[in-house]
Amino acid sequence: MTKLKDNYFEIKRAGINTTFQDNGRKNLNHIGIPISGAMDKRNFMLANALLKNEINTPVIEFAYQGPLLEFNGDRIYFVITGDVKFEIIKNNTEKIAGLPYNVYVIENKDQIDIQSTNKSVYGYLSISENIILDEIWDSVSINTKAKIGSNNGEKLSDNQKIKINHKNRNIALTKLNYIDKKIEYIRVIKATNFDYFSEKAKEVFFKEEFKVTKLSDRMGMRIEGQILENVVSTNIKSEGLVKGVVQVPSDGNPIIMFADHGTIGGYPKIANVISADFDKLAQMTPGATIKFKEVNLEEAEKLFKFYNLETTNLINQIS
Amino acid sequence: MIKNILNLGDAAVYCDFGKDVNQEININVINYFQNIKDKKIEGITNITPSYNKLIVSFDLEVTSYSKVKKIIENLELEKKFEKENKLIEIPVCCEKDFKLDNDRLEKKLGITYDKILEIFFSKEYFCYMTGFIAGMPFLGDVSEKLRVKRLETPRVKVPKGSVGLTEQFCNIYTYESPGGWNIIGNTPLEIFNKENRSEPALINPGDKVKFNKITKEEYDKIKR
Repeated sequence: MTKLKDNYFEIKRAGINTTFQDNGRKNLNHIGIPISGAMDKRNFMLANALLKNEINTPVIEFAYQGPLLEFNGDRIYFVITGDVKFEIIKNNTEKIAGLPYNVYVIENKDQIDIQSTNKSVYGYLSISENIILDEIWDSVSINTKAKIGSNNGEKLSDNQKIKINHKNRNIALTKLNYIDKKIEYIRVIKATNFDYFSEKAKEVFFKEEFKVTKLSDRMGMRIEGQILENVVSTNIKSEGLVKGVVQVPSDGNPIIMFADHGTIGGYPKIANVISADFDKLAQMTPGATIKFKEVNLEEAEKLFKFYNLETTNLINQIS
Repeated sequence: MIKNILNLGDAAVYCDFGKDVNQEININVINYFQNIKDKKIEGITNITPSYNKLIVSFDLEVTSYSKVKKIIENLELEKKFEKENKLIEIPVCCEKDFKLDNDRLEKKLGITYDKILEIFFSKEYFCYMTGFIAGMPFLGDVSEKLRVKRLETPRVKVPKGSVGLTEQFCNIYTYESPGGWNIIGNTPLEIFNKENRSEPALINPGDKVKFNKITKEEYDKIKR
């Protein structure tokens, strides 16, 4: 077979919010640059593990509706992770329903049509070869608000090309049986301004349900429920923010910080989502209900160990 | 000194330097920031200084709250900060199109715009922190004669380069961004340049800033 000169995907439809992501960039908060990186870390890792890629290899992250990609070049392998509905279109005619966590092979002119994420937000597409991307501060992760990262910090757009450095790897067509479990609670640790809130608000926070609103993206998630009354001050002197922190502005509706969050903020912090629950929280769609459950630091650390162990076990199941 | 160390979630150490906002406390925060940064502690993912707090985030896979807390508690502080303290001059044009809040500021402060500018340009400012958006410096202290609250309704878009005032602080919008500060003028300088990978922010915590008033002609010349 003659080797094709250029290997690339042509983006026929970019999808709603399609970006390149890896593990993100570190130690830049002090100049206003957040960590970024994949929103659902486990699915990001599984996407690379299934193809025996290095664990921090850049992937394509999509939200709700994913891209329609036409492949040009020598055959490559790909995998999609998350709860995702997609098809592989061969010769512009034959359509094969795709299954997430299954490795597929595609040839020149085949298409991958990522139609939607099912009752979840994010999905990942990883390939067996390297996508050619610019790194900025050791990461390709795109932060569209700061216009930082590969692709000039912009989300992917229609008719663009994704260039691939082809090394002709051979990958086993493996699969993983994995279904993400639904969770009852998002577990949190009380944060530094917990006592700014009324006794009623503290009770409401742990007893009542909150709804995820449409104002949710890679920067943060706004949720609403019973108003959380602040009895001390609705502003604090601006200070650092971390992923998972739950801030409550003066309107009494919480905002939870995600990967692309502003690095400092002046709203009181009521709680902090534990690291073990970030992935699940990120996958909650507008309209979904959240119930918070309090844990202490020791429990949170144990739960994270367990989360990690689960991920490792999944990776070990891949033959 | 640090008054209290707490956990913020399961992957960050929250160092509290008290409630006051002044340069002495902030220099302390920056000093800790520099010392922790230079120690290159394993697993640290971010160190975020602000007026009177320092948040040290870490990778829970690599280290833990108790370990990082202990390192911070036992840190032998070297005075690194004073050496790096530098003066940065920022040209600002306050002519029409740039002074978005001329009328509001005159009304709230009860003095003429010329007087406002005279007071504003007469002193050096200190950079307490950078952040919120990439490279945005939070500078102080603004004269007591110029203290105004932020806009009741923030602007959806504040132009890049805008110089804003709120209470005891002023800032510079490094990008076009939403924001509620009172805009006094605009600088033609690039305050944040991502192409300069090692030092993308022109102004860093601890730096001194002197604003210089320029004409529209000079502004255009620099911008070119």
